[in-house]
Amino acid sequence: MYTQAMDLPTPAHEQIAARGPMTLTEREWQAQFDAKLDRGDFIEAKDWMPDAYRRTLVRQISQHAHSEIVGMLPEGNWITRAPSLKRKAILLAKVQDEGGHGLYLYAAAETLGTSRDEMLDALHTGRAKYSSIFNYPTLTWADIGVIGWLVDGAAIMNQVPLCRCSYGPYARAMIRICKEESFHQRQGFESLLVLMRGTQAQRDMVQDAVNRWWWPSLMMFGPPDGESTNGGDSMKWGIKRIGNDALRQKFVDATVEQAKVLGVSLPDPDLRWNEARGHWDFGPIDWDEFKAVVGGHGPCNKERLATRVKAWNDGAWVRDAALAHARKREAREQRAAA
Amino acid sequence: MATDPVTPQAPAGPGARREWPLWEVFVRSRSGLDHRHCGSVHAPDARLALQLARDVYTRRQEGVSLWVVRADDIVASDPDAKPELFDPAADKIYRHPTFYVLPPEVDHM
Ligand SMILES: [Fe+2]
Ligand SMILES: [Fe+2]
Repeated sequence: MYTQAMDLPTPAHEQIAARGPMTLTEREWQAQFDAKLDRGDFIEAKDWMPDAYRRTLVRQISQHAHSEIVGMLPEGNWITRAPSLKRKAILLAKVQDEGGHGLYLYAAAETLGTSRDEMLDALHTGRAKYSSIFNYPTLTWADIGVIGWLVDGAAIMNQVPLCRCSYGPYARAMIRICKEESFHQRQGFESLLVLMRGTQAQRDMVQDAVNRWWWPSLMMFGPPDGESTNGGDSMKWGIKRIGNDALRQKFVDATVEQAKVLGVSLPDPDLRWNEARGHWDFGPIDWDEFKAVVGGHGPCNKERLATRVKAWNDGAWVRDAALAHARKREAREQRAAA
Repeated sequence: MATDPVTPQAPAGPGARREWPLWEVFVRSRSGLDHRHCGSVHAPDARLALQLARDVYTRRQEGVSLWVVRADDIVASDPDAKPELFDPAADKIYRHPTFYVLPPEVDHM
């Protein structure tokens, strides 16, 4: 999952995209589009849509796809070092799921008229963003459990409302993804439970991982609503249904209870139950850190991107050979048929 | 808009022609049910499209049979022609069983 980086500002060249006034037909189409949104109808790939809606979706869905794909890397680091065959099989399945999520989402974005290669090029050249969370390192085995619990947990909070988003292909991809995410969170929590029942060293390892992942997980919901530049339009268009702060609060409320069951503390001295609000209060988030990581200065940005680019380049001959083989066979069959 | 829903517009940029073509994937979730569209994959040929569709869309026993169809072989109706195509059915309520009011004794037919 990981929709957070999508709340980044619209690039200036898109904001000031020069275009004349709407024609009469365009105004009619716009009115039909608005009426559809008001009725809660889905917009489908072939339907008319405003350029800005299309651009916003392409940006959000492709960045969401990139996040799934880059998100395979921190966990992939631990596949060969999983502590048992069972945990290795589980982790393999989880990482494979994330790859699948990326593919569902790329396909959804392609229905809007962009190509897979264009999107990958945007990722590989650093023009497209992916979720900041994947620029943190996975230092111990406990990180893998904590990612499942907190990172996939935050992802679920973010993604469930997207199953009702106004663009049909995106909503359908999200339904498929959400069905699979629950396994991700539960396997993570369960593996932490096992560690917490182990030695003191294992419990310390879990606590250390929670301490490192807690704040970056809260940042996954994106900047506060007031500062989130794309939030307004996305809300209006039914792409986003719930604001960043409300989702973040929901996540904190759910996670505090889960941390108690696990027997770990959350690294926030300001965390306390607020009777009047009916929610847990929490301390200030370090948005400077968030901006630095999104801006390319997180602990692993360079490594993650370099790994993706290398995988893409190293696979080029395989893709080319498969295509050449398919064309050759097709030509042979056509000759035989003639 | 005359573009097909499942065919992206001609991709731009260098290397675009090297992209594997797009296939639409249909899954029969169990015998007795229709195949249903579930998504797409890029693949160089039909054989690999099936293989990739299996990996991407049936990792949890979601299906017992797969169809893959080249996306550019699909012919779709024009969304702008929706009124002409589908509205004529709207006022033909006599095509539905509920149109006919029958005495209660025989109303289950
Ligand atoms: Fe995912
Ligand atoms: Fe996940």
